Amino acid sequence: MSTRASTLTGRIMSAPSIIVLFLWMAVPLGMTIYFSFLRYNLLSPGMEEWIGTLNYEFFLTDPAFFASLTNTLLLVGSVLVITVVGGILLGLMLDQPIFGRGILRLLVIAPFFIMPTVNALVWKNLLMDPVSGMFAWLASLLGLPAIDWFTNIPLTSIIIMVSWQWLPFAVLILLTALQSLDRDQKEAAQMDGAGPVSIFFYITLPHLSRAITVVVLIETIFLLTVFAEIFVTTGGGPGLATTNIAFLVYTQALLQYDVGGASAGGIVAVILANIVAIFLIRLIGKNLDN
Amino acid sequence: MENKQTPLGYISFSVFAWIVGLLIFFPIFWMVLTSFKSELEAVSIPPSFISFDWTLENYAEVQERSNYFKFAMNSVILAVGSTLVGLVFAVTCAWAMAFNPTKRTKNALLWMLSTKMMPPVGVLVPIYLLFRDWGLLDTRFGLIMVLFLMNLPIMVWMLYTYFKEIPTDILEAARMDGATLPKEIIFVLLPMAVPGIASTMLLNVILAWNEAFWTLNLTTSDAAPLTAFIASYSSPEGLFWAKLSAASTLAVAPILVIGWFSQKQLVRGLTFGAVK
Repeated sequence: MSTRASTLTGRIMSAPSIIVLFLWMAVPLGMTIYFSFLRYNLLSPGMEEWIGTLNYEFFLTDPAFFASLTNTLLLVGSVLVITVVGGILLGLMLDQPIFGRGILRLLVIAPFFIMPTVNALVWKNLLMDPVSGMFAWLASLLGLPAIDWFTNIPLTSIIIMVSWQWLPFAVLILLTALQSLDRDQKEAAQMDGAGPVSIFFYITLPHLSRAITVVVLIETIFLLTVFAEIFVTTGGGPGLATTNIAFLVYTQALLQYDVGGASAGGIVAVILANIVAIFLIRLIGKNLDN
Repeated sequence: MENKQTPLGYISFSVFAWIVGLLIFFPIFWMVLTSFKSELEAVSIPPSFISFDWTLENYAEVQERSNYFKFAMNSVILAVGSTLVGLVFAVTCAWAMAFNPTKRTKNALLWMLSTKMMPPVGVLVPIYLLFRDWGLLDTRFGLIMVLFLMNLPIMVWMLYTYFKEIPTDILEAARMDGATLPKEIIFVLLPMAVPGIASTMLLNVILAWNEAFWTLNLTTSDAAPLTAFIASYSSPEGLFWAKLSAASTLAVAPILVIGWFSQKQLVRGLTFGAVK
């Protein structure tokens, strides 16, 4: 029952947020689109000229683009599989009666609150260092040769670090969803003689499907733009082995000063993210209705 | 999975769960432990778990050599500043959307959400150039604005879901008694909304504190927060693990505590109300 006056107040009150967000998104995005059609290098100022889609042609046919797209997809895909599967297992575990469960839960979700630069440097040095790292020592205990993580399997190393950080996110959300599962339903199924495996597949998993979708979509948005972990450990290397699209755009813009090329890359990243965003927004929009 | 509650089952499952939990927590534990070692002990093989000379000198040295508190102060200013600015905008906006909804409210909310989906690299170049031209590079003001705008959609959404749960009958009653709009907000709505506002603030502080794309790209020294300070350890000189660990422990400790306190409310904010 909103009167005209209250509708007006409502508009006035929500306007500032909408306007600043619009400025924050639309203006720079418009500029990025405009730059992406220019020859524009910060090292040769005043030489800007319209070159049509040439930046896109260069960016998309650059072998670095293909490599970074592959790396991006591998990174996002692997972290999603690890965190969702791990999140379900850990969620089920923490849903059981355990001695000191509250404290245990705190320990499991802690990695999510660690800042990305700390995460990356602690893993790279304290754990994964091929000479003095914890993993090298463990390998030597087992009589195995130490792995030189960031030289031999750099992308895997990044995937492990990022997964460790995002696993608690999945656990937190899936556990919340698990706790809203109707116990009676489970008990009824047990009475009918359903084993734990069929209860999981016919009751628990369908109940979790929406939460899993949310985890997948939100993680994808963030994982498409992993930056700090790469920035402080490998710098995209060796070669292009750990360059994802976000990092490629960064190197083009702030290291090679190629504004035009970086802008084209930025737009490609926006398009990739939007493919995921559409699904997420639809899902959340549906949720808003009920 | 469905362990029948025999004492043995309970104990063995607990032991198993604690082993898994401790393994996940191990990197953090190891970081904290290493921060109390000497640099030589930090790299010694086999690593020592308890039997080393516990020392606080790394903490002192981190402050002495690199003025740690300047960076910590920047982190506090950026996190708190962006949260407070965001709160002013988000509370009014979410209040209007929850209590005076129009036909367009839903679309406005979803549109706000869509701005959060934009990858930062998509606007890195223009923001960088604008900041350079306006003299905002490496300033706290500039970064507060960026962090505020980045998290505004999340704040509006989270507050919206909380405000939605406040019974509107009470507002009607207050209006009947002649409460004006500002009074209605201050005396009726805010007290009921405080828990929601508090969790929204905490989530925003966490996100702003850990933000590591804009803080790395838009700062060099003056406005650089802890994310950038820790990143400077990526090109080290000599032995640095113990100092890195000490600096890292200090950098993550406050957020870890805040995060632990607000873990349940985080789910709502991080999933835009889709999972409660």
